[in-house]
Amino acid sequence: MKEFKVTPIRNGTVIDHINVGMALKVLKIIGVKEDVTSTVSVLMHVPSKKAGWKDIVKIEDRELDPKELDRIALISPNATINIIRDYNVAEKFVVEVPNVIKGIMRCSNPGCITNQNEPVETEFIVESKKPITLKCVYCDRVTTQIAENIL
Amino acid sequence: MSADFKGMDVVSIRDFSREQIEHVLKLADKMVPIAKGDERSVLLEGHVLGSLFYEPSTRTRLSFDAAMTRLGGRVLGFDQPTGASVAKGETLADTIRMVSAYSDVIVLRHPQEGAARLAAHFSDKPIINAGDGAGQHPTQTMLDLFTIQKAKKDLEGINVVIVGDLKYGRTVHSLSEALAMFGAELTFVAPPTLQIPKEHLKQIESMGHKPRQSASLHEVIKDADVLYVTRIQKERFPDPAEYKKVAGTYRIDLELLKDVKKDLIIMHPLPRVGEISPEVDSTPHAKYFEQAFNGVPVRMALLSLVLGGHR
Repeated sequence: MKEFKVTPIRNGTVIDHINVGMALKVLKIIGVKEDVTSTVSVLMHVPSKKAGWKDIVKIEDRELDPKELDRIALISPNATINIIRDYNVAEKFVVEVPNVIKGIMRCSNPGCITNQNEPVETEFIVESKKPITLKCVYCDRVTTQIAENIL
Repeated sequence: MSADFKGMDVVSIRDFSREQIEHVLKLADKMVPIAKGDERSVLLEGHVLGSLFYEPSTRTRLSFDAAMTRLGGRVLGFDQPTGASVAKGETLADTIRMVSAYSDVIVLRHPQEGAARLAAHFSDKPIINAGDGAGQHPTQTMLDLFTIQKAKKDLEGINVVIVGDLKYGRTVHSLSEALAMFGAELTFVAPPTLQIPKEHLKQIESMGHKPRQSASLHEVIKDADVLYVTRIQKERFPDPAEYKKVAGTYRIDLELLKDVKKDLIIMHPLPRVGEISPEVDSTPHAKYFEQAFNGVPVRMALLSLVLGGHR
């Protein structure tokens, strides 16, 4: 018999195949914080057929906006999104790196004006998707260090 | 194309096409008699320039002041942020919003990279970047191009040797990109620790050029048409003895200039601290003071274009 560490959810969103160790950053990116009102299960270091180990996040009774979910591709390009309705997978898709990233990351350049106390959201142009390379719209700094700079 | 300048921000040289830069340089040439005071102009009469210098600068600030005044406009602003609301902790965004209500165009020098782009975001008046930290300084690039073009007529194929701090020197990065765009051949001369950054070299190579790199000025100076000298900053070296050694290697004096081309021009963004010996000043090679003057007509051209005084 298959053993479930966390039971299937009835309605909501399951983010599967998250790069191992990135689950907490994924929560940050999709804006799940202390004030969350739905049940959230976080599974870290789960055996994966595809990649050895993976993380999984399940959010009950909430269907997340696919556009927002695409940001997950920054730290987990192979993550899959399952929209669950009445225990069935109603929709399934792979996240895709967006062309522009607004907010969610700080610029890796300490001298960049966006790291000062200015009322402005960071903005990056995605210069390359493999490996993910971002260029700050303000100071032109190019970086491939994504996970370290998630806000 | 040229009509598009009105209201345009001047943040980075990368925002300009070759045609647009050529247009600015052509207009700058027409501004020279006014810049020299030989002719009078009221082209920008009634216009106000907001001049915000968060960092000290002599040449850039004074030449913008001169440019605006020569065209009949007025200048307001500060040359250091102490005493201003800035010192009380006001954000750049708020200062810019305020000054854009008092003026028609804003010139900004700021220690933080990307400051000009941010200012452009918050201002409904054109922003001219007068240097943002280690970032961009587009009007310096334009006046450098203007100086070279005046001396050499055509930039295509000329041999430009750039020497000094190529790693941190902000003028070098935008100038070399612009020169590559105009088809000049580039040679970078610096000690290995201060050579041109790789990503920058890649950018130039992507424009179809293969710049030369060397640690020795003697090797490459003979066939140079332009020698562009920048300051090697003492604070880049943990060991003062090492600094002295490096700085001495790249000192330009008459001895070094013995076998150079007759029409070689020597440029420097100034201030210099010993990179060029004063004995070079009186040779026909020395172009750095003319270069500093050229800041005025070039900035006149830009002010007039973004304010719609010229098309």
